[in-house]
Amino acid sequence: MNTIMNMRRRNLRKGVAGRIRLSNMSRRHFLMGAAGTGGFVLGLTLFPIQKNPAAAAGGVFEPSVFLSIAKDGTTTIMCHRSEMGQGIRTGLPIVLADELEADLSRCVIVQAEGDAKYGDQYTDGSHSIVEFYDQMRELGAAGRQMLEQAAAQQWGVAQSECKAQNHKVVHQPTGKSLDFGDLAATAATLEVPAADTLRLKDSKDFRYVGKDTPIVDLKDINQGSATYTIDITMPGMKYASVERCPVTLGKVKSYDASEALKVPGVEAVVEIPPFSLPVVYNALGGIAVVASNTWAAMEGRKKLKITWDYGENAGYESRAYRKSLEESARNKGDVWREEGDVNAAFGSAHRILEAEYYSPLLVHVPMEPPGAVAHVQGDKCLVWSSTQDPQSARDVVAEAIGLDSANVESRMPLLGGAFGRKSKPDFAAEAAVCSKEVGAPVKVTWTREDDVRNGFYHSDCAQHVKAALDANGKVTAWEHRSAFPTINWLWDAAENRPGAWEIDFGLSDLPYDIPNISIEGCEAPVHVRVGWLRSVHNIFHAFAIGSFADEIAYARGRDPVDNLLDLIGPARIIDLSGNPEEYFNYMFGIDKYPIDTGRLIKVVKEAAKMSKWGRSLPSRHGLGIMAHRSFLTYVATVVEVAVADDGTISIPNVYMAVDCGLAVNTDRVRSQMEGATIYGMSAACYGEITAKAGRIQQHNFNDYHVVRMSDCPRDIHVHILQNLDAPPGGVGEPGVPPFAPALYNAVFAATGKRLRSLPLQNHDLSI
Amino acid sequence: MAISLTVNGTSYSVDVPSEMPLLWVIRDIIGLTGTKYGCGIGKCGNCRVHIDGVAKDSCLLPVGDVRGAVTTIEGLSANGDHPLQKAWAKHVVPQCGYCQPGQIMQAAYLLSENPKPTDEDIDASMDDIICRCGTYTRIRSAIKTAAEEMS
Ligand code: FES
Ligand code: FES
Repeated sequence: MNTIMNMRRRNLRKGVAGRIRLSNMSRRHFLMGAAGTGGFVLGLTLFPIQKNPAAAAGGVFEPSVFLSIAKDGTTTIMCHRSEMGQGIRTGLPIVLADELEADLSRCVIVQAEGDAKYGDQYTDGSHSIVEFYDQMRELGAAGRQMLEQAAAQQWGVAQSECKAQNHKVVHQPTGKSLDFGDLAATAATLEVPAADTLRLKDSKDFRYVGKDTPIVDLKDINQGSATYTIDITMPGMKYASVERCPVTLGKVKSYDASEALKVPGVEAVVEIPPFSLPVVYNALGGIAVVASNTWAAMEGRKKLKITWDYGENAGYESRAYRKSLEESARNKGDVWREEGDVNAAFGSAHRILEAEYYSPLLVHVPMEPPGAVAHVQGDKCLVWSSTQDPQSARDVVAEAIGLDSANVESRMPLLGGAFGRKSKPDFAAEAAVCSKEVGAPVKVTWTREDDVRNGFYHSDCAQHVKAALDANGKVTAWEHRSAFPTINWLWDAAENRPGAWEIDFGLSDLPYDIPNISIEGCEAPVHVRVGWLRSVHNIFHAFAIGSFADEIAYARGRDPVDNLLDLIGPARIIDLSGNPEEYFNYMFGIDKYPIDTGRLIKVVKEAAKMSKWGRSLPSRHGLGIMAHRSFLTYVATVVEVAVADDGTISIPNVYMAVDCGLAVNTDRVRSQMEGATIYGMSAACYGEITAKAGRIQQHNFNDYHVVRMSDCPRDIHVHILQNLDAPPGGVGEPGVPPFAPALYNAVFAATGKRLRSLPLQNHDLSI
Repeated sequence: MAISLTVNGTSYSVDVPSEMPLLWVIRDIIGLTGTKYGCGIGKCGNCRVHIDGVAKDSCLLPVGDVRGAVTTIEGLSANGDHPLQKAWAKHVVPQCGYCQPGQIMQAAYLLSENPKPTDEDIDASMDDIICRCGTYTRIRSAIKTAAEEMS
């Protein structure tokens, strides 16, 4: 399995968009859903993104069913990506439906299970639309052309006279029409048109793409009938709660479950075996209490007496660790981008600015905590899990209980938030181990305390940044050293330096027009499981870059927006081909998605305009700006802050200008930007996980605070720079990174206090 | 010992320890899963239900102490057509949707007490209910829309 994981990691670093092949599967497949036989089924083979796909996908190349049309016209569209609030169950289907000329009200969305035949299902890195936009269009276009051909055949007319329109094909000369349902049986007998004969719609004819479409699960959610993993039940199902070691890599030495077993409702105790390094997504190991309901399992767990071997991380202390990170960032690291000669530039500088920034560990805390339901029967297992990566869930379960992956059916209902935590389905393995042991379906629900204490944390990071200014105030050099525990450690426990791909998250692609640049990653040993969290290392890199840019503005007496535009320089494409490792560009081709400073300039100007930058403000109010490209999308954020005399802050307005190329569902693009701002605000204002004696010190929402209604910005204004003909960029994450630096810059404008560490709640802003 | 309670107009007799929180009785024993677990300590409001019309965190309420009829999100309206549910649809409030039953139940309680809430009233009343997806600005707008429709 580790080989698969390593391939996955490599995909994340260097993937390229895959090829597709369409096929008419009407004769081989039943229709999806309950529509019966005799309809039209279109399949899509999504080749995985390696050069040698057969090796990576275990040789599975069954084309998968993505679209079917029943005789009554009901059109079923498969969503193969996890829905976690980003709106993908609406976003990809509207692309297909639009190109097909289907009526969305007659479409049903079915959720795919985790299987390599669907291609990439790894719902992370803001790339569902980026990767599948073209493919869903091609599938839709093929279906539309086949329906038109079917109509031509049924009427005995030329296909060029037939045009699909809103779930019908119309014979243009006569105006007669046939419903898609009436054409399904004929379409089912036709050949799929060759790729070079597909005619995609003109963007001006889009009916859904580029507009606001309400999410397909809206009614279920509002009525409380939407189903998440925590809501799944099976006949005879048991409920489990797992005690895991509070120290990373610690193991059970011995335990006594006699008191736990006396708790009413508790039925069994199961040992989850300790894992061996590397950690990957394996279950942490521990003791599970299995009961007839969740509460009994939690109560029984409290009565467990466990002696732990705390292992090598028992001495881990956040405060000392921060010092070691800061020290590391003061020394030269691995150089991942080098332009010109920074040392020569510092030697001849008129003025040198230097600053250090720090950001702590964070944890995801999605409202639905991690969890899974597994049912092992003989050599087969069905697992439902709250996962962004159902194929990894399948692999992790297979490995944990010694099954072949092909015998594991991995499903995901709606996810109650995810933010990167649920890419790592360790919890699915726990449920499978319990189910195998007790011989019944078992639901494992993590408590919030488990989620906070045993997470995959967003890395803490120290950065040392240094700039040279010449006599005219022009910035001639930028040296940036970043020290943080590497995610590569999950796959290789010997790793203790940031990988190039991690520096590529918002640092090596520094978009400033500066002749001498050195970007470095510095050593940092790993003591907790680290993992990506919404926008990953962009959070701390954008924080340091955006804050330091603002420091430069004030140092050279320039308005922060003018300063930012000056640093960005002329509109151009940034060339990173000289980097020692290929710039990973969020897995997509740099030719299709270049780093275009012209787009960054546009969002800066737009956000400044929206905020009426330069307007006069009451005392202790301030505006701050940051613009950042991440996940192929450009976002500028202006935060307006008001700082009360007692130091509490409020945010009357946030202004965001977003260039994500094509915005498919504009309402969901706005909602993701609103959500990302609030997620970024939770990190900027409150987020801090600390460890003492290797144990995480926070527990729950009582001491790990997140933004609530009363401190949420009063208004979040989002302006989308729509481009219907541009390739779409990512949307879920890129709204997060600019928030913290924009807020901190606003706080400086309001108070004159330059703060260089997150979160804000550790600083006293009172007068 | 069996405990009797009424949920959404239906009477149940459940054989559970009286200290078991109402949340787990509703979810695991009765099988109504619209009410969500988010923290278990009264800090997220995702488990909020009404007891005789008053909003309460069901994760902290021992089932033996329940005095009054329980209403969950499933019982708020017959067809999902409470003015708040309609306003939630109009503003497309939910993202992942997980917190929304708690948000809607709290908002329904707010409007029953205060049919014309100001921003400050909304802040004070809704502050207990965490939405990690960050739908707060839309929740605020939807509450105002519903308040208008109800007046
Ligand atoms: S689950 Fe009850 S308040 Fe959080
Ligand atoms: S909509 Fe996801 S937690 Fe509120």
